[in-house]
Amino acid sequence: MEGDRLASQARSSGLPAGGATGESPGVDAPLLGGSGSSALLQAEVLDLDEDEDDLEVFSKDASLMDMNSFSPMMPTSPLSMINQVKFEDEPDLKDLFITVDEPESHVTTIETFITYRIITKTSRGEFDSSEFEVRRRYQDFLWLKGKLEEAHPTLIIPPLPEKFIVKGMVERFNDDFIETRRKALQKFLNRIADHPTLTFNEDFKVFLTAQAWELSSHKKQGPGLLSRMGQTVRAVALSMRGVKSRPEEFMEMNNFIEIFSHKINLIDKISQRIYKEEREYSDEMREYGPIHILWSASEEDLVDTLKGVASCIDKCCKATEKRMSGLSEALLPVVHEYVLYSEMLMGVMKRRDQIQAELDSKVEALTYKKVDTDLLTEEIGKLEDKVECANNALKADWERWKHNMQNDIKSAFTDMAEENIHYYEQCLATWESFLASQTDLHMEETSEDKPESH
Amino acid sequence: MEQAPRDPERQLQPAPLEPLGHPDAGLQSAVGEEAEGARDESPGEGTMTENNFWLKKIEISVSEAEKRTGRNAMNMQETYTAYLIETRSVEHTDGQSVLTDSLWRRYSEFELLRNYLLVYYPHIVVPPLPEKRAEFVWHKLSADNMDPDFVERRRIGLENFLLRVASHPILCRDKIFYLFLTQEGNWKETVNETGFQLKADSRLKALNATFRVKNPDKRFTELKHYSDELQSVISHLLRVRARVADRLYGVYKVHGNYGRVFSEWSAIEKEMGDGLQSAGHHMDVYASSIDDILEDEEHYADQLKEYLFYAEALRAVCRKHELMQYDLEMAAQDLASKKQQCEELATGTVRTFSLKGMTTKLFGQETPEQREARIKVLEEQINEGEQQLKSKNLEGREFVKNAWADIERFKEQKNHDLKEALISYAVMQISMCKKGIQVWTNAKECFSKM
Repeated sequence: MEGDRLASQARSSGLPAGGATGESPGVDAPLLGGSGSSALLQAEVLDLDEDEDDLEVFSKDASLMDMNSFSPMMPTSPLSMINQVKFEDEPDLKDLFITVDEPESHVTTIETFITYRIITKTSRGEFDSSEFEVRRRYQDFLWLKGKLEEAHPTLIIPPLPEKFIVKGMVERFNDDFIETRRKALQKFLNRIADHPTLTFNEDFKVFLTAQAWELSSHKKQGPGLLSRMGQTVRAVALSMRGVKSRPEEFMEMNNFIEIFSHKINLIDKISQRIYKEEREYSDEMREYGPIHILWSASEEDLVDTLKGVASCIDKCCKATEKRMSGLSEALLPVVHEYVLYSEMLMGVMKRRDQIQAELDSKVEALTYKKVDTDLLTEEIGKLEDKVECANNALKADWERWKHNMQNDIKSAFTDMAEENIHYYEQCLATWESFLASQTDLHMEETSEDKPESH
Repeated sequence: MEQAPRDPERQLQPAPLEPLGHPDAGLQSAVGEEAEGARDESPGEGTMTENNFWLKKIEISVSEAEKRTGRNAMNMQETYTAYLIETRSVEHTDGQSVLTDSLWRRYSEFELLRNYLLVYYPHIVVPPLPEKRAEFVWHKLSADNMDPDFVERRRIGLENFLLRVASHPILCRDKIFYLFLTQEGNWKETVNETGFQLKADSRLKALNATFRVKNPDKRFTELKHYSDELQSVISHLLRVRARVADRLYGVYKVHGNYGRVFSEWSAIEKEMGDGLQSAGHHMDVYASSIDDILEDEEHYADQLKEYLFYAEALRAVCRKHELMQYDLEMAAQDLASKKQQCEELATGTVRTFSLKGMTTKLFGQETPEQREARIKVLEEQINEGEQQLKSKNLEGREFVKNAWADIERFKEQKNHDLKEALISYAVMQISMCKKGIQVWTNAKECFSKM
């Protein structure tokens, strides 16, 4: 059915460098086109002869080449995936760069909405040009995500930022909200670009390159709404079944996902709360400093000291603001993205279970039916392939996802720790220099002391 | 050394001075000044050794606090805290201290002592007591008087009060103060026998004087403004500080949640597990470090509070001056009016209205003898009045001189103490920052090893 076009996993999918910016090294040109044949494969091996690094990569994965069948549904073992992703980042392999910016408000008689400018720069051959600029709205992103999920039901599609803000904000058009969404949308597209399979998805390409009217007409193709709804209903019915016969490794995966989801949600809440507390602390500090200035007006002999304290408090206040902004840039978006990812993962598990359930129900049918056994057997054969494909796709993507997750989390928390260290270092310097100035003054005063003062 | 002004009328000297033997037991504190040699008062028989004894350095400490129950004046059960006061004398030669007195006092006795001092030393800025009830409380701090942290801080405050009194050049010589430290039983009765409550100026009188006095010394007016400002700004500062403390507490404590969640998460992670777990531990350390930090800050707040309450003591001295000045003005006015009356009677002219004058007009003139008698009475009164005015004037001037001397002493003390407090605040912040750097550096290491 859907072409699970896994690029040969020979090229490293790369490790995302520091989660937040979405600048992950990308994937190379696929070694397999729509149909893989050994001839084609070998041709491409030759083509890339000049590049030493690529050869290196190839030779390391020779075993992989041998193991795999040359059908498009190429199963890869998770182990081999891990081997690949341990390679160093090779930024020059990334050939698709996407930025999302310039949010603009559009008002029509029916509605008001925001569009974002999307600029794509690429060196890939299958793109007609090397640079594209289009405008898209949130709805378009939703469409893209839907198409990707349809095409690759057991791949881990990156999450989109929420449609609505859960609490706290009244308008959709608040500046902070738009900025946060813009960053998340950019992350979304870049994650797709970095994904070894999704990056070659046709709808993705259309999304990045088509003009508005082209996109509309493209959207109209494909299974209609009713058929998609029908699929959903069946899917729900089947998914329950799939859970019962889930293989061991997927049970483990599911267990992980459940616990991870719970924990990451808690961490999201904790992190938001910390931000809020820091905000309130900063507000109080802003009032605290000036009181010392006020006091200094009635104390002749304490003016320096009081003003010094006031200045220190103000500086620490600014340092807190900086810490907060660091938190909101480095930690909060990453944690929140993984909250959304955990929801995606649950969806992926469900879809896998559905596919399995489809097979199981047909197998069951076979045991009861006496007629049409040939047809059923053929269908079962196809479904068995489908299941195997889906499982393998998920397994591979799971390892990739987990690895990325660990790096992103590690990065985000390391940054947070760094922000805190920097904050305390700044405050320390401020107070130490104040203290030094006070003791210096004191030394001056005592040395000027005349005998009479005692 | 300064003396309290001797006013035969007012008996500013504490009463039971003579009966108990020798005047002015010269108490010195470890903080305060050395004795300027023995006081040359008449040493009573058998007091020679005591005199010499008190010339040595004294250490005073409020070393313990204990919860007690007892019956109060209305025979109802009540719980209160008693504080152990220990007095030690320090031998000059080897610096060893010997416990000489130890007794238990409760807060209300301290109040009694202070009220007594306020009455007998109105020209002195009398050190304040620590607050009776917890104020400027931030949410975690308890407002309960029985809370051990509050009791501890109050213990320190009471000790501070005693040390301040003991290091004051005048107050340290007071007999009642000496007895407070040495005579457990019967002390209350002794204080009350001085009759100081009767000598206290009524609040109403003082208030009246404040509004009606015409020519107070400008310095005192300025001082009053200053004390108002001091009180206002320190209150404001303490209020905001309490809010800041609250917020800071929140920031630190929320991080503690990371510890728990990281630990739970580490259970499902293979490679990341150890890093998460140990990072979580550091988050716990971070969260719990705030308790000590804020407790130290509470001591800083107490130092500021002392000066908040000192503002009230300053105002008390100003009020006393206003009262005396008002008294003086009234006496002068009274004298002037009597003189005028006298003059009128002598010359027969009536310039001012008087009831006597009216009745005389209505009911007939008085006889020359009567008039003479009245003039004589008035002349006596005028004489008396002039004497009184002279002594009041003298008293007033003495008061201003002595009060101002103590105010100067107070100003220096205040500048020194507040500066030290602000510097100690900086030291606290530095310590907090250093702790923060350490914890986050450790956490960062754990994160980077994940």
